[in-house]
Amino acid sequence: MNTIWALTGVVIKELYRRKDFYVLFVLTALITIAAGSVRFFQDPNIVRYVKDLCMLLIWISALLITIATAARQIPAERESRTIFPLLAKPVTRGQVILGKFFGCWLASGLVLVVFYTFFAIVTGSREQYWPVADYFQALMLQWIMLGIVTAMTLLGSIIFAAPSSTVTILFIVVAGILFLGGHLNTVALHNAEPLRSLIYTIYFIIPHLELFDVRERVVNDWGLVSWLDCGLAALYAVAYTGLFLLLTWLAFRRKSLT
Amino acid sequence: MKKPSPYWLLALLLTLCVTLATVFVARAAWWNEVPTAADWNKGQSAADNVFKLLLGEGRRLFGNEMFVMADAYFHSGYYPSIFDRQETEHDVAMPAHGQVEDKNSTSDDFLGPPPDWIAALHRHFVPNMHTHLDDGGPSGHMRETEVQEILPWLKLATDMNPQYIEAYRVGGYWLRRLHKPVAARDFLFEGLQNNPGNSELLFDLGWLYNKDFHDANRARNVWLAALQSWQAQDITTRSSVDGANGKRLYDGITVNLAEVEEHAGNWSQALKYLEMAKQVSPYSNDIQKQIDEARAKMTGQSGAPKP
Repeated sequence: MNTIWALTGVVIKELYRRKDFYVLFVLTALITIAAGSVRFFQDPNIVRYVKDLCMLLIWISALLITIATAARQIPAERESRTIFPLLAKPVTRGQVILGKFFGCWLASGLVLVVFYTFFAIVTGSREQYWPVADYFQALMLQWIMLGIVTAMTLLGSIIFAAPSSTVTILFIVVAGILFLGGHLNTVALHNAEPLRSLIYTIYFIIPHLELFDVRERVVNDWGLVSWLDCGLAALYAVAYTGLFLLLTWLAFRRKSLT
Repeated sequence: MKKPSPYWLLALLLTLCVTLATVFVARAAWWNEVPTAADWNKGQSAADNVFKLLLGEGRRLFGNEMFVMADAYFHSGYYPSIFDRQETEHDVAMPAHGQVEDKNSTSDDFLGPPPDWIAALHRHFVPNMHTHLDDGGPSGHMRETEVQEILPWLKLATDMNPQYIEAYRVGGYWLRRLHKPVAARDFLFEGLQNNPGNSELLFDLGWLYNKDFHDANRARNVWLAALQSWQAQDITTRSSVDGANGKRLYDGITVNLAEVEEHAGNWSQALKYLEMAKQVSPYSNDIQKQIDEARAKMTGQSGAPKP
């Protein structure tokens, strides 16, 4: 376990040494503040469009940071040949994968804490209303979803040739699932066999990342989602994360490092 | 080379600060004010805004999308996607046209029963009930002023497409409902600036003057302009107004003009407008009743002994 935590610590340190997070955070902050400073019909209390925009930017930024961080972990170790001394120590390939996974996942969690704190301050100062529990639930659900994305990206980084291709493919896949994943069952109904069965199969196979998107509820003040439903969604995420990590380990286990 | 004393450097910096402060003081007044949407468009016509600069004429395509966003906000996010059954009428616009909000419209249950467990679980994480912002919102006890959240989208819809009359009308209506008659008037003015002589906008402006500013004279003049504008339109333009050859608008203008004249005691004018309304109104019997009452009052006044 100590080995895994040591690897995790290295990944987290890498996050704050790189500029990705700072650039995306400053961009998010600037766009949100610029949008928030515009007054429509001289009304200072209109706030939902700012919340909507800020949440969208948080989702895009968090996905970019998570995918970019996870995609370069193992390829970078191989390219700089630091993977050899790492594996020469009593560290197994499974531990490397788990260490990298927890490192990327915790790093994305830290990113979310910073982003949501900014979000809460900006919107709270404008509407004088602090639904902390709602924000916490949204953060937790997004973080759980990023666990699946991290595991998917680690698998991609083993399969695809370069981190750039992994980032591109994963971003397209994740965006596709978020936008279309939940509607594939409707699309399937409008198609004839065998396309219908094929689309249905994809619908039931893919991880439904859109389950964890509660932006609409947060923006429109719908209140908390039942914690039981959150627990079910978390179980669903744990299953998919475990599956992707297992596939990553299977692919990495016998992979030549030279 | 001899290093200058730090005190000299400090003095130099202080002088620089004071000099810059005197230069910037004139601008600082503007900095302290929060910019408004209009500030971004200063020096340009209302339709000649930042969106035109970025998107050109293509921005008009997004006008309807912005209006749909307003309707989605009106439903607190409970709104059909492109994969679901679509809204036939936008609920956000219905009160603006004097129609009762349809609580059981298409969007009431556009989702239907969940087809599988994934869809069933998903519904717990998204807005899942048909509500309206002016009617308590999702919690049922939100203030009516929450409806203000739709306003940015209506403004953006008109910025994108300055010929989007519906967005001006709906925006004007909700601003009135929010007790902001001045903002409503300015918004309608902006619409008229981009669409000179539009009979629908003139009708709404007249309504605003009459009901919110209690200025019957100005209302009468604006409605007369609306009537002239309507009469000058060809049948195709009228049909595009309300789908009934524009008769509903004509009915509204003439009935309101009759009411104003009645209050002013101009019975013959009131009768003239009521006769005009009777020709197109679906409630011609009611209008006839009003005509009879007006005639009775007119004869009563003219036959009454002078004090």
